[in-house]
Amino acid sequence: MRNLAKTVFFSLLVILAFAGFANFVVPQLQPAAPPEDEVLDLSAMTMDQFVALGGRVVEGKGTCMLCHNEVGGRAPPLSETVAQIPVRLADARYEGSATDSASYLYESMLEPSAFVVAGFGKAGSGDTESPMPNVSGSSIGMSEAEILAVIAYLQDLGGEDISVEIPEDAGAAAEDEEEEDGEGREPFETVEEIIDEFTCGACHMVAGEEGDLGPNLNAIGGSRAHDYLRRAILDPNADIAEGFEADLMPDDYGEQMFASELEMLIDFLAGLQGEGSEP
Amino acid sequence: MRISSRSARKRRNVIVAVGAFMMLALLLLAVAANLTGLEISPAFAEETAAAASAEGESAYAPPPRLSAEDYPRVGNISSRAIVWLAAQLHLWFAAFVLAVPIFVFIIEAIGMYTRDERYDKMAYEFIKVSITAYSLTAILGGLLLFSLILFYPDLWGYLTTVFKDTMFYYALLFFAESAILYIYYYGWNWLQGDFRKWLHLTLGLMLNAVGTVLMFLANSWITFMMSPAGVDAAGVFSGDAWAAMHNHLWNPINIHRVVANVAFGGSIVGAYAAFKFLNATTPEEKAHYDWMGYNANFIAISALLPLPFAGYYLTAEIYAYSQQMGITLMGGVFAWLFIIQAVLIGSLFLSANYYLWCGMGRSDGAERYNKYVKWLALGIVGAFLVWFTPHTLVLTNAELKALGGPYHKILGPLGIMPAKNTAVNVMIVLTSLSFMYYRRSNKIATVSWVAIGNAAQIALFTAGLFNIFFLGIYHGYFTNTVYKVAASIPQVMTTLIIIVASMVLDRFIYRGAKEVAPLRWGRVPARAQYALFLLAVAFTWLMGLMGYIRSGIRQHWHVKDIMRDASVDAQTPTMGYAANMVSLGVIIFFVMVIFVFWLSQVSGKKSLAPGYWKAG
Ligand code: HEC
Ligand code: HEC
Ligand code: HEM
Repeated sequence: MRNLAKTVFFSLLVILAFAGFANFVVPQLQPAAPPEDEVLDLSAMTMDQFVALGGRVVEGKGTCMLCHNEVGGRAPPLSETVAQIPVRLADARYEGSATDSASYLYESMLEPSAFVVAGFGKAGSGDTESPMPNVSGSSIGMSEAEILAVIAYLQDLGGEDISVEIPEDAGAAAEDEEEEDGEGREPFETVEEIIDEFTCGACHMVAGEEGDLGPNLNAIGGSRAHDYLRRAILDPNADIAEGFEADLMPDDYGEQMFASELEMLIDFLAGLQGEGSEP
Repeated sequence: MRISSRSARKRRNVIVAVGAFMMLALLLLAVAANLTGLEISPAFAEETAAAASAEGESAYAPPPRLSAEDYPRVGNISSRAIVWLAAQLHLWFAAFVLAVPIFVFIIEAIGMYTRDERYDKMAYEFIKVSITAYSLTAILGGLLLFSLILFYPDLWGYLTTVFKDTMFYYALLFFAESAILYIYYYGWNWLQGDFRKWLHLTLGLMLNAVGTVLMFLANSWITFMMSPAGVDAAGVFSGDAWAAMHNHLWNPINIHRVVANVAFGGSIVGAYAAFKFLNATTPEEKAHYDWMGYNANFIAISALLPLPFAGYYLTAEIYAYSQQMGITLMGGVFAWLFIIQAVLIGSLFLSANYYLWCGMGRSDGAERYNKYVKWLALGIVGAFLVWFTPHTLVLTNAELKALGGPYHKILGPLGIMPAKNTAVNVMIVLTSLSFMYYRRSNKIATVSWVAIGNAAQIALFTAGLFNIFFLGIYHGYFTNTVYKVAASIPQVMTTLIIIVASMVLDRFIYRGAKEVAPLRWGRVPARAQYALFLLAVAFTWLMGLMGYIRSGIRQHWHVKDIMRDASVDAQTPTMGYAANMVSLGVIIFFVMVIFVFWLSQVSGKKSLAPGYWKAG
């Protein structure tokens, strides 16, 4: 028993030492919070604010500084990019389609491998493949407006005239996107709201609506089960209802809806057995 | 082996041949079963997909987009903490029960080869400890499953759409593993003697084959979450289960885990032996458990030596998969984690070496070498300090501001990779030197060329260390960044050559050597046993810490870039929080381990209760 007590005490001491080291010797840095989309009101933005937005994206959501910093030497510093663009475009290896600074920056962000700065390619690719991800892809997930803002910021940073414009109707577009995006809003509470918001009724007869581009859904639950309905909504072209056209129904509901909404909607549809359309 | 008559030798040869053949056949069968299993599954998936589309349905749904409301909550309990603990405890026990059969198999084979029954007894005792742990592994696996389904239903749902097939095979393999394990353990004393012993060893081999495949399956699920494959950009599964399994980080993690598990398993049975040693009452018992602890430590160090290389390979593959992920791992906030890792690994090397040095007291002949020990200690501590020096920290701007600068204030030049590689290699070479002194401690070489042999050993170590230093310094400080890592491979090769060549050379020098003084098992100070405890605790803690970083580098994703974590716990916690969770886990783990040790002890006890049973 004495030995047990001694070994337990010793082990606890060791654990305590490790925990203490991790808590008190190592600085407690809070890892970055998950990025959140800013609510953009571009219509009311001045160019200065637009440039500032670009700066925030570069330092935050864009994770650009992870690679583009002086210390690590893993990517060329962004402060010098603009000055280098004429050199890049004149490079014998350049085969992209950019013609000026804005289009080069745009291409660099969306197709990083279109031109790879010498010495920075993925190991073994002979500078044909860039380690930089496409910034609109899901790992960074920048919107068109944010990409333009970054271009404005980089041009400003390099002391060049800004050649992009704040997107025209982007004010409205961005807000729309915000809403569809699902992130800037609370999930809807009722099926009626969901059907209304996602305009199912524009094409379907359902919940009192009278659309006729798609099949009548008022009795859909009688012939179709949950799994089928889920697929029909998430991936409409997987199976085309007879007599109707493919590619008509939006295929991005999966991205727009919260999971809870989807489930509610499917339950509702599955419960529609005919006769009166209201459940 | 002492085989007297020719006919006996002939019979032995037949048995060896038959046994080897059977093992090979079973191994091939196991491999074939797995291969067809894997090949069947995509084909099978295609069939089901085809069948589904024939009915006008396609088979797989993309992961849903989640909000915080989609995560069920139970009171104020942190769901992440529960799943974290359940997963980590399951992993610890699983690592243990999968590792023990690996070295039990080897020890049993050594016993059969040397016909020294002590090995057989020790192997049996090891497997006995892992039997109770096996049930706990299953219970904890159930707990993990339950808490995942309860707290992360959508994630679980998505993973099952991709891994339905492999989960099915996992369950099958689990049953197979249990069946073989029980026959292996309960049949140990029954399956003794020439032919039966081979049969038993074959069972051990099958146990390991099944166990390894089992772990590889589970590994594919976690690596899928880090480096998804077999799905499109929206996460819709292609139906090819093999592609999803064979994702980019699968093999690097498989390798790192197999090796780390053996080291971890060795350290846990080492703690078992140490505990038994401290409580032993007779000299025989003391001798037995001393010997067992020595072997456990030997297993742990042998697996520890290649681990850094497996670790660097894993890192390289993470960078190759995604540079963002690689930088998140080695730079930014996690850079500090590797300082903690260095402290832990330093503790491992120091305690393992310390145990060896204490063990030299088992023979009076060791006094000849005592004077070298302090130099070894100094060298290892020095190497440890260099390794411990922080990397140049690559940080985000906010983190830079919080720290006040990109470089750690102390010793910038020692923080770079070539310096660290050099330090690791030096540590490993010095540990192998400790081993050499230990092996020599009770012997005197009798071959005529001893002096030349020793000079050759000295030359080997000196030249090797010189080469390691030269490569590190030259590539670290006199070439530009691109070539900095170029040193690591020749350094590793040098280290391996030193270890192998010095072992072979010593074998020849000590051929037919005289014993100066016998090895007296049991003559070892109690503090050596505490080194074994330190080894076990540090290993367990290290595993927990690395589990945190493995999950942490996915950041706010359940499945990287495909399924976002929208729960309230999406943000990666601080190092301190993680350390506290890991510590809590380690404490629970050891409470359970003590329970397991205790059970294996009571199972051998018998209380006499005179007068209780009616006289028959
Ligand atoms: C994973 C590391 C990484 C991240 C994150 C990253 N980049 Fe890059 N980037 C690189 C590398 C490496 C290059 C050089 C190779 C190439 O030309 O593609 C590069 C090149 C560029 C170039 C072209 C530079 C030139 O001189 O031609 C631009 C512009 C650029 N990045 C902008 C960005 C922006 C803006 C972000 C953030 C939204 C970003 N990068 C995020 C690694 C990264
Ligand atoms: C732009 C028009 C349009 C909108 C908006 C639309 N759909 Fe559809 N939907 C169609 C068309 C056309 C079909 C038939 C072709 C097909 O199966 O893809 C269809 C098919 C379906 C089906 C499968 C019916 C069957 O019998 O196979 C379901 C279920 C469905 N839609 C549900 C919905 C829901 C729920 C919404 C709102 C969230 C919605 N749809 C919005 C056009 C639309
Ligand atoms: C002496 C060197 C090392 C030792 C002793 C060591 C030990 C361990 C151990 C015990 C585990 C737990 C294994 C398991 O879960 O079964 C682990 C996991 C891990 N190690 Fe190492 N390691 C070493 C080097 C490295 C290096 C250099 C890296 C990379 C930078 C690394 C990265 C990881 C990661 C990411 C994991 C988590 C993967 C997993 O859970 O399997 N290791 N390591």
